[in-house]
Amino acid sequence: MLYAEAVVEALRRSIEDDERVHLMGQYFLGLTPHRTMVGDLYQQHPDRVYFPPIAELGYVGAGIGAAIAGLRPIVDCATASFTFQAFAQILNEAANIHYMSGGQTSVPMVIHYNHGVRGGGAAQHSHSPQAMMWNTPGLEIITPSHPADLIGLVQTAVASNNPTIWVDHVRLFDTEGEVPDDIDPIPFGQASIRREGSDLTVFASSWMVCRSLEAAELLAAEGISVEVVDPRTLVPLDEEAILQSVAKTGHLLVVDECHLRCGVSSEITAIVAEHAHGDLRAPVRRLATLDVPVPFSAPMEEFVEPTVDKIVEAARSVVEGR
Amino acid sequence: MVTETVRYIDAISSVLRHELDRDPDVLILGEDVSYGGPFGATAGLSESFGPRRVIDTPISEGAVMGLAVGAALSGCRPVVEVMFADFVTLAMDQLVNHAAKFRYMTDGKLSVPMTIRVQGGVGGGYGAQHSQSLESWFLHVPGLKVVAPSSVADAGGLLAAAIRDDDPVIYLEHRGLYWSKGSFVPGGSPTRIGAAAVVRPGSDVTVVAVSRMVNIALTASEKLATEGIDVELVDLRSVAPIDWETIEDSVRRTRRLVVVHEAAVTGGLGAELVAGLSARAFEVFATSAVRVGAPFAPVPASPFLEQFYAPSVDDVVVAVHKTLDDR
Amino acid sequence: MLPDLGAEVLVALLERMLVARRFEEQLIDLAQERDIGHFHVYVGQETTGIPALALLEGGDLSFTNHRNHGHLIARGAEPGPMYAEILGRVTGYCRGKGGTLHLASAKHGFPTTSSATGGCIPPAVGAALGFQRLGSDRVSVCLMGDGALEEGAWHESANIAAMEQLPVVFLCENNSLEALGQRAGEYPSSTMAASDLTDLASVFGIESVAIDGLDTRSVHQTMTKAVQRARAGDGPTFIEARTVRWPGNRPIWPELATGKTNLSMAWDNSIIPEEHKKWHQEQDGVLRFVRELMSGGQISKEVVLELDRETSARVREGLVFALDSPYPSPEEALEHVFAPHQG
Repeated sequence: MLYAEAVVEALRRSIEDDERVHLMGQYFLGLTPHRTMVGDLYQQHPDRVYFPPIAELGYVGAGIGAAIAGLRPIVDCATASFTFQAFAQILNEAANIHYMSGGQTSVPMVIHYNHGVRGGGAAQHSHSPQAMMWNTPGLEIITPSHPADLIGLVQTAVASNNPTIWVDHVRLFDTEGEVPDDIDPIPFGQASIRREGSDLTVFASSWMVCRSLEAAELLAAEGISVEVVDPRTLVPLDEEAILQSVAKTGHLLVVDECHLRCGVSSEITAIVAEHAHGDLRAPVRRLATLDVPVPFSAPMEEFVEPTVDKIVEAARSVVEGR
Repeated sequence: MVTETVRYIDAISSVLRHELDRDPDVLILGEDVSYGGPFGATAGLSESFGPRRVIDTPISEGAVMGLAVGAALSGCRPVVEVMFADFVTLAMDQLVNHAAKFRYMTDGKLSVPMTIRVQGGVGGGYGAQHSQSLESWFLHVPGLKVVAPSSVADAGGLLAAAIRDDDPVIYLEHRGLYWSKGSFVPGGSPTRIGAAAVVRPGSDVTVVAVSRMVNIALTASEKLATEGIDVELVDLRSVAPIDWETIEDSVRRTRRLVVVHEAAVTGGLGAELVAGLSARAFEVFATSAVRVGAPFAPVPASPFLEQFYAPSVDDVVVAVHKTLDDR
Repeated sequence: MLPDLGAEVLVALLERMLVARRFEEQLIDLAQERDIGHFHVYVGQETTGIPALALLEGGDLSFTNHRNHGHLIARGAEPGPMYAEILGRVTGYCRGKGGTLHLASAKHGFPTTSSATGGCIPPAVGAALGFQRLGSDRVSVCLMGDGALEEGAWHESANIAAMEQLPVVFLCENNSLEALGQRAGEYPSSTMAASDLTDLASVFGIESVAIDGLDTRSVHQTMTKAVQRARAGDGPTFIEARTVRWPGNRPIWPELATGKTNLSMAWDNSIIPEEHKKWHQEQDGVLRFVRELMSGGQISKEVVLELDRETSARVREGLVFALDSPYPSPEEALEHVFAPHQG
């Protein structure tokens, strides 16, 4: 199944399994050609869909209220860069409400966005805000990278009584994966070892998992055995899986699309530095989008993002102890 | 020039006044700024410079941030006040997608010389929506500079530098520091952005702290000194860009690292410091680095819970001990 | 004028108003002797919130702001756990996690309080959206001030409410009348170019009305209509309820500028001092309500005084309860970040 099909499948199952699930927003598949599939789904369930005005602060906040009133909304913010318009509602309200009320009120909503470099998106359409959301306690964060995982994770996200950020990426849409007929909800906080290896641990999330797997194939041909750890959820994070892998390989490369400074890669590296420094036989390398706004022109865009070639090069350097 | 002993907030007021006087392009914008704001930082400025330069804005953080960006592009030098850091959330698009990006997107043709003064931090029992420390977000956005003075002298020097800088600078004030006293030279020269400061030289462990945590860490250092442990305390001062040179030099000598900030540990500024240093100076670390910060929870309102929540002197002492575990 | 309601109901409204009034007065007193942090009081607005919110039923949700004490009391919240929350004790409604700025009591229909100006508006509209989509006849009430109209969130949410004809009532309490604002050294009031606040809602086609917040008849009638419209699926209503800002709310921290309310001023003009005369004679809604009840024969001065004694005692008991309550254990700061996953 195509990942894009899995997105629609996940939404369809959510709507059909629970009458409280409503979709707010329409750009789950962005402006890609796949978006017609979302349109089809909406036509089948017109009373379960809400098309908001261009008012991210307003409609994400409305999603919060709807969740408090008894719906289970899945709210789409379209491009991740637009979540900045809604930051006050996501981070000052949704993340805080359960805590501030001493546990009286829950906000069972899912907020979806497509992050990162999509190709020509330029500086205002290419952000990956999950690192910032990670620093705000109260939000669960899922980062699917495979169609079957996506379906399982979204099930748990919808069932969860907490606000959950569904981090997605348009470049995942054309990837394919085996999707069994029966998929159980995937519990949060369980990483997936997407590829086993013994020389190097590569931690990656979202689209970077796919690039890391591609790089791992190339590295295998050079005799470097790479283990790819996909967290599947950033909150809660399966720290154990990461530390166990590092204990095994002694080498870590973190690949992430958030900017380098204080990105997801910083947190992962810091965790390993704090808890497993003794297991490391070489410094941890971080490969992230460079600390510049994302440029428009293709050669420059490629220069700033973590490409397969860069992952391969970085992997070699970690293993060689450089 | 004469050195005075003033409060942190007076140093801020003094620099604002001095810059308004010195440069006719400087504007102050914010909610209730002519009144002085909730803590008095801008008191008296409206009387001296008038409503065209000290501008009260409506409660419209997003629009005001955007307004300041526009004013900066057209030749002004705006100083925007965000009343509580938590309200920056309402202005994120203008800050992240506009202020931080224009120089880059125009290949250097445009610049955005604005200062964003942000008051924040734990203290006073204000609760989850009035107490956050969000510096890791700002560090994460290329195109923004970020400073966080802990001393009175730096409160003045870094504000002057921020206002004179031709790029957007976020100036983080902690209300818990407002009433602390220290020496200040009115009209003195700006402090260079991008320089950390070794506040207490030492040889056993490097502690890097920011904002209000610097004083906490200093008290912890004094306590540790009585145990024969010699802490080198580095006041980060500049959150973006980070002065890697100073910190790395310190860690290369002490071989142990503790970082202290008030924000939650997860995804906080400390993650970047530890990650960066363990890459730059991997082989020198004798023991694992330790991060001290708030737990993974919003800020509770009850003053009693608040006290437990924010990192304390003891938390720093315990962290330092951990790094010395191999001795 | 008085609403068209029986004496019993009217006296019950007075009881709530007295609870609200004495609650705030006692709180201000307390703040003189110890630091309880920043707080905001509802004095001068009781005649709006209490009759309006009394019309809500179980299941109706209300989303409020930092000036929330009167709202919670209006829907039956108790002084004890309210004071406890304000003082950060474990017996508070939010177990000390929220304080005054985030006071919430889900069982009284207050899921959360937002203290970022305008923060409560999108969720209030969203709750209405939820009710509509669930096919429920419950109503969502957005309790906001005039300042919130300055926020972009107002514009976005009002548009959504209007487009979808949502069952939401925007009760906008404009307490900026006669407030001189920051230039006079007072607590800041509006910075708003629009002079007629209802224009900011009617432009979206929202049914909008401005009323005197001291006129309980007006409050009752307007709110009744708004709630009925919402329940019937006829869409949102915007009510601007105007009150004069209480002199004690003009400095940045509340003060008992007009003294503790002396209800005898409702029937004895001779004891009204020169200072704040206008307040006591015309602008204090509680005194006005008492005068109206008395001239309508609904209540005698003896009953008023007895009711006041009794409610004051209950409010005092609430404070004693709160002051005697323990703080939460520090480790509780780590709880309730997330709701547990089912299964």
